[in-house]
Amino acid sequence: MEENQKYTIEFEHVTKTFGQHTVLNGLDFKIHEGKITTLLGFSGAGKSTILKHILGIYHPTDGAVRVLGKDLSTMIEKDVRQFRTNFGMSFQYSALFDSMTNFENVAFPLREFTKLSETEIVTKVLKLMEQTGLEEHAFQKLPSEISGGMRKRVGLARALALEPKIMLYDEPTTGLDPITTHMVDDLIRSTHNRNAHIPMTTVIISHDIAATLRISDYVAFLEKGRVVEHSSVEDFKRSKNPTIQKFIELST
Amino acid sequence: MSKILEVNLVKKGFGSLGNIVLETTPALGRVTIYMVHSFLWFLRPPFRWKLFVNEIVFVGNKSLFIVGLTASFSGMVFAFQIYSGFTAFSVDSFVGPIVAIAVTKELAPVFCGLVVAGRCGAAMAAQIGTMKVTEQVDALEVMGVNAIQYLAVPKIFATIFSMPMLAAIYMLIANVGSYLVGTKILGIDEAQYFAKASDFMNLNMILEGLIKAAVFGYIIAIIGTYQGFAVRGGAEGVGKGTNLAVVWGMILVLVVDFFLTAVLTKIL
Repeated sequence: MEENQKYTIEFEHVTKTFGQHTVLNGLDFKIHEGKITTLLGFSGAGKSTILKHILGIYHPTDGAVRVLGKDLSTMIEKDVRQFRTNFGMSFQYSALFDSMTNFENVAFPLREFTKLSETEIVTKVLKLMEQTGLEEHAFQKLPSEISGGMRKRVGLARALALEPKIMLYDEPTTGLDPITTHMVDDLIRSTHNRNAHIPMTTVIISHDIAATLRISDYVAFLEKGRVVEHSSVEDFKRSKNPTIQKFIELST
Repeated sequence: MSKILEVNLVKKGFGSLGNIVLETTPALGRVTIYMVHSFLWFLRPPFRWKLFVNEIVFVGNKSLFIVGLTASFSGMVFAFQIYSGFTAFSVDSFVGPIVAIAVTKELAPVFCGLVVAGRCGAAMAAQIGTMKVTEQVDALEVMGVNAIQYLAVPKIFATIFSMPMLAAIYMLIANVGSYLVGTKILGIDEAQYFAKASDFMNLNMILEGLIKAAVFGYIIAIIGTYQGFAVRGGAEGVGKGTNLAVVWGMILVLVVDFFLTAVLTKIL
């Protein structure tokens, strides 16, 4: 890795076990600040466990995880909750609050964590919805009344409301048709570029190799609880690792 | 041969008992921890007044019709039943106080408890359970919002607040129903009905009914919300959680009623 490169998230010799089962096995890797890094790997390789460590939901059995220079396992719960306002998370199935309208979903973090007036909240929500390409007719509808692609946009707008330093995507294109998948990929890239001033670090968990190669700056490949390859997209494509070659081959 | 069979049966019996204890003990521990957490999160700001009021509307206001219906018919039926027994001994003037005492101390809190457990306990488990399996609970946590404080605390305290009110309304409607049946259909003298009822009733009886209702409210909401958070899997898990919330809510209302009666009759 380059000497002057800054890292937002650092995993140092992280081991995570659940009973007898070891999910992360001496994991060592760092995520570059202001870049898009995608975590690839087979099911059960430990991708979601990594995400939960980043969020401070899980703590390592051994080793340390530092996010924005802080070890969440040493923080008290109140501080961890406050620290989580640095994250924006886009869930696999959007996880929108189904009893609220799409507008209220996007306004939710602003109402919870800011002292903005209702007028300022409305202005900000409208801006976020415009940025994520949401059409006006969707604002007052419930999440169940719009398409999967639109729900992704609402979820993304909600995740961006507090201008997070770290944006996390859990399987962002699962269950979507190819055109919507393309649209979501473009949205991830454009959202990242638009927030380059923060600078926003984007972490994606995915199985979608084509999308990964198209929108990522870096790729980390997980196998049996370890990162076996962590490189730029170009280097990743040229990897000599037979598992990665097979993964690319089968996926494309 | 029969001795071996007997030994095996005894072994099997003890084995089953052991399994029940092993399964119940950790669950009791988890519910106790959950009760402590929910109380601690109640003490921490912010207190979500809007959600609290919404839950009062759901638990209290929207249960009014079914509670009123249950109260009116149970009061009327009770008057008929007591009358048919008492008239044989020519003590039909005691229908008023007997119904009043039974309704105030027992029927109002217990029936309200059963109605609210069936209606609201189930809804609480279903709502939180569905949010759990669709990652909405995770979304709250990731945003830094405690799910117990946001989802459970308003429900728990709204149920504690609403149940005594529902029980008070139940007491009123059931007594009016009993009075109407007793005096207008069964021919009990109105003046006697009131006189006897006020002779035997006192404020402590009303207080006992209201305290019981508040305790049942707490139990129903704790079980309902706990079962919601405990949901695993998909739709089947939500169904199981909802079922457990209703079954355990109703059982606990009846079991706790026995112990609470024993304690309150000594205190009040």
